Amino acid sequence: MIGHRLKKWHVQIVKQSGHIEMRNLLARLRRTDPRHFQIFALAALLSYGIGLLQLDVDPIQAIAILLTSLLVQYFGNRLTSDRPYDARSALISSGSLILLLRTSSLETAIAAALLAVGSKFVIRFRGRHIVNPTNFGIVVVLLLFNDAWVSPGLWGSVALTGAALMFIGFLVVQRAERSDITFVFLFSYAAILFGRALWYGDPMSIPLHQLQSGTLLIFAFFMISDPRTTPDARPARILYAVALALAAAWGRFALYEPTAVLYALILLSPVVPVLNIFFPGKRYEWPSRSDGTELKQSPPIVSATTAA
Amino acid sequence: MLNIHKNQATMIFVVAALLVLPHFYLNAFCGFYVAKADASLFNDASRVVMVRVLDRTVITMENDYSGPLREFAMVIPVPKVLEEKDIRVRETKLLDRVDSYSAPRLVEYHDSDPCHNGVTDDVVMISDRNTMVRTEQIGASRAVRHGVTIEAEYDVEEYDILILSAKESGGLVRWLQENEYNIPDGAEEVLGSYIKQNMRFFVAKVDLEEQAAMDKVKLRPLQVEFRSDKFMLPIRLGTVNARGDQDLLVYLLTANGRVETANYRTVKLPTGQELPTYVKSEFKDFYRAMFSHQHKLQGGRVVFNEYTWNSGWCDPCAGSPLTADELDQLGYPRLSNPGPMLTRLHLRYNSETFPEDLIFAETGDKQNFQGRYVLRHPWVGSPDDCGMALTYFEELEQRREDEAHNLADLTGWKLWEIRQKYGLGDKSGSDAADENWWESVKSWFGRGE
Repeated sequence: MIGHRLKKWHVQIVKQSGHIEMRNLLARLRRTDPRHFQIFALAALLSYGIGLLQLDVDPIQAIAILLTSLLVQYFGNRLTSDRPYDARSALISSGSLILLLRTSSLETAIAAALLAVGSKFVIRFRGRHIVNPTNFGIVVVLLLFNDAWVSPGLWGSVALTGAALMFIGFLVVQRAERSDITFVFLFSYAAILFGRALWYGDPMSIPLHQLQSGTLLIFAFFMISDPRTTPDARPARILYAVALALAAAWGRFALYEPTAVLYALILLSPVVPVLNIFFPGKRYEWPSRSDGTELKQSPPIVSATTAA
Repeated sequence: MLNIHKNQATMIFVVAALLVLPHFYLNAFCGFYVAKADASLFNDASRVVMVRVLDRTVITMENDYSGPLREFAMVIPVPKVLEEKDIRVRETKLLDRVDSYSAPRLVEYHDSDPCHNGVTDDVVMISDRNTMVRTEQIGASRAVRHGVTIEAEYDVEEYDILILSAKESGGLVRWLQENEYNIPDGAEEVLGSYIKQNMRFFVAKVDLEEQAAMDKVKLRPLQVEFRSDKFMLPIRLGTVNARGDQDLLVYLLTANGRVETANYRTVKLPTGQELPTYVKSEFKDFYRAMFSHQHKLQGGRVVFNEYTWNSGWCDPCAGSPLTADELDQLGYPRLSNPGPMLTRLHLRYNSETFPEDLIFAETGDKQNFQGRYVLRHPWVGSPDDCGMALTYFEELEQRREDEAHNLADLTGWKLWEIRQKYGLGDKSGSDAADENWWESVKSWFGRGE
């Protein structure tokens, strides 16, 4: 009886206002800066890692990374008069660093943050930064310092974690309008893994295990989908994603480097401006600025080349 | 701080092992496990010491094979054809030393007289120790047939060693079968995978005459040395005949820092808990139960880090630090000071939970870690001795209660049984069940199936 009544109410609500409400909600979500989702997702991942996976985060290091990132962002914005100071990108960079970079030294942590956020203001081509800041910070300290490492096994190969990560990540990339690169990358990488298993005659549990790597999913959803450092046009993004998957698989299986995916991204980053020349597209801008004015649409810059 | 070889150092090498037993069974050297209903799992664990400096790798392997020697042989996939000087036989004692040095330990403290201040006095250590049993084997005849080539042939002490290369797995399997090795179903696929990865096969069997002349009862560990970018340990062959879970202990000696697995989660064994004093007499049972329970809580898919320390010292010590001579025997280069980091990894695996070979990554983490459990013996006195004594006994009661809970959490043993054994009053029989809710929540997240 009660169930019946509830159902009736539900139908009424949906009929009368549900669609409109839902549409309003989606429209509002669409206007929200995707970086807010990303900050939320990073915070959730950090809590999960620290709470349940023995992710060892030194609070002093975390604070140092955070402060360094914010300071560099502040001075970077002021000195380059690039755009008004906006803490959100720096928050994301520091969150990703805390999540992915492991080090036993405070200096290394600070160096990574400095390099990561600093790279946005230094490594530029035609008015935009080239490398993903977190990726750059991590790779440089990995190469330079003995006391820095990443733990690709940290997130395990857990189906549940994978699904949760996928879901949160999906929200982020959908909002950043760059879900194509993530999915093409994952699809290509999966195809390589399954193809390799077929060639070796290995059971399918092996490529499945490799695909369920939490670190791979974090990378696919949070790092390569960065709309500011991915190609502007969709065909270019698809090419780029396939190239990334090939390079990552080559590094992982031919050079035996467990963190090959990080190196693949940094090595292929310089290709992006070239792709933007051959495949002009709409340049991505975050939907809102720190001064509160919301951009209804991305600025109509056709490509870096034509704009310049 | 500058590290030019960082890339190289993080790269990897391979070695796996496979036991082929004519008319018996086949199994991996790494993770070789004979199913014996009455033997503890730990007594059937394989042990591997792995020295890794840049791309130079030295592996000392021991399995617990306990069948007749004439029925024993083993096949280890190796990345290249090894030379005779790269193959050695070591004493079991050497592995026992590494094992006892890195084993989880029990520390005892004695409460001092609360009326005269102080909390603890001296420390006593007891270590668990894995004992291994092993026996005999036999050899095979040779033929360059079925696309199988004998690349090299050596006599190394009591072992006869062949290095084989093969064009395809069917040929290798036929060759092995013709030479009286009994290959179980499923081995062909795994061998085929290694052949396509351009691996060679190291086949060892015991020279029975040599063995008799040397008056050796047990098979001694074999050591191989090579250079390879691959830093890994194939375990897949060990799961071929699906005899259930197998235990593997890997002791890694590296220059820079702790080693972890790159393709499986590495977690630290819970450590530092205070436990009921009666655990002293059953520490081995405790260690086994704790490992099994923690393994289950983590969904069976993690590698446990049980020890990480500079091998030159320890505190408290379960076994004395490794000497320069011992490190030399294990293949660690003699130049470095203050000596290598020793990482002890322990896993229980089968083909479902660990489908892929173990891939290692050396971290920059030099932080010491040990599995260490604390026993605190109460002060023997009376609450009437002084004012402090009364407080002491009140706190003691709570502490004993906590110790019982710790033990239940770590091992999954029933709390009411622990309390009974520990002489704690029968407060409530029902809290046995609700103790582990947090662990259950954690395992739910960790398992994720």
